[in-house]
Amino acid sequence: MQTIAIIDYGMGNLASIANMIKKTGGKCNIVNNAGLLPMYDKVILPGVGAFDTAINNIKINGLWDALNKFALEDKKPVLGICLGMQLLCNQSEEGVEKGFGWIDADVRKLQLNNSSLRTPHMGWNTLHVQNKAFPLFKNTEAEQRFYFVHSYAVACNKQENIAATTNYGGHFHSVIWNHNIMGFQCHPEKSHKFGMQIFKNFIEL
Amino acid sequence: MTVDLTFNTKPTLTKRIIPCLDIKDGRTVKGVNFVNIRDAGDPIELAVQYAKDGADELVFLDITATNEGRKTFAALVLDIARHINIPFTVGGGISSLEDAAVLLDAGADKVSVNSSAVRRPKLVDELAKEFGSQFVVVAIDSKLTDDGFVVHTHGGKKPTDFNTVEWAKEIYSRGAGEILLTSMNTDGAKTGFDIAVTKAVVDAVKIPVIASGGAGTKQHFKEVFEQAGADAGLAASIFHFGEIPVPELKQYLHAQEIPIRL
Repeated sequence: MQTIAIIDYGMGNLASIANMIKKTGGKCNIVNNAGLLPMYDKVILPGVGAFDTAINNIKINGLWDALNKFALEDKKPVLGICLGMQLLCNQSEEGVEKGFGWIDADVRKLQLNNSSLRTPHMGWNTLHVQNKAFPLFKNTEAEQRFYFVHSYAVACNKQENIAATTNYGGHFHSVIWNHNIMGFQCHPEKSHKFGMQIFKNFIEL
Repeated sequence: MTVDLTFNTKPTLTKRIIPCLDIKDGRTVKGVNFVNIRDAGDPIELAVQYAKDGADELVFLDITATNEGRKTFAALVLDIARHINIPFTVGGGISSLEDAAVLLDAGADKVSVNSSAVRRPKLVDELAKEFGSQFVVVAIDSKLTDDGFVVHTHGGKKPTDFNTVEWAKEIYSRGAGEILLTSMNTDGAKTGFDIAVTKAVVDAVKIPVIASGGAGTKQHFKEVFEQAGADAGLAASIFHFGEIPVPELKQYLHAQEIPIRL
């Protein structure tokens, strides 16, 4: 069976992702050693916290080059979750560091045009599927509810990279996609049956 | 292309229904007015059932006071994380970054602090800086007294110098990501949430507010969402003893046109 590396760079709830992969029949390890990365077939890049801290931690752990090789040269599947998704983009308004830039998108502070809305955007919201061909949407239900917790959101520069949008004040790009690179702003590992199907699809890629 | 982030439509973020499990020595308990305690079962079994039933989140509060009990609780959190795949908050006795880190590593999504934040408000800044605001829930126990809404600690027994709304504003400015507001006047009474204090806090801050204390009927949830603007409603015994099953509550709210996840 193919093995998934869940990248540990000191930020985020890795246990929940590992539990979900095991529950859906996949095999995974938590990996913080860049040298071991080539042994793996797929990567999940989790993350909760600040953009610059994340990029710096990845660089300190020597994971920057190894992840670039994994994604760009080996073209193996990479799934970014929450902050992990934002790291796939060019840059973020939250910080000054450059992201991986694997998807042509920028991260902006959530612009709420309705004063009754709160940040963080916290709770269960709907994914509006923009591209049914996105492989992780296979066999998913018509109404897709996922758990979100974030204050910054992704804006793609190219229509083709948008797999789903979500409405909170305005529409933002909640699922993004560029060939082997995939990102979810929400937390599939916390989204019960909806999330389980996403992991099942990722395992079966 | 330019991406439109400001296009406005009807909000789709749903109101959250949150069962709360009080834990002592690894078992679920719930006090009525925080005095009488009844055993309401195995926390893991309850948690799994709630996730299946459509609970949006869970809160586990450790009411054990001993160090030995704390260790039991951390082990329980690890077990909870293995068994459920919805978000959960843990609280009780967290007074340092180290306490919070143990629970984060065990798989908790958020920690809730209460008396420790009243004692040392800077704890909220420290937790938010270290783990992010989304990880930090501040629980406020509020009671209406001759001095207005006053923050209480020690299960509602001890008044503090803080006005509830002023305290809510302060912890918001210190980086709290969410407020869990319990009205000690209505807690356990099943006469409805405390709309007045909930609305006052909701209007004072820009972070989500969970209303707690007083839920006795399905209508009470509708009221606190519509009249007070709460983001979530929390209750314990009415769920644990099956008085209001979560699926029935959510169907009702959906029929009442409250945005809810079915």
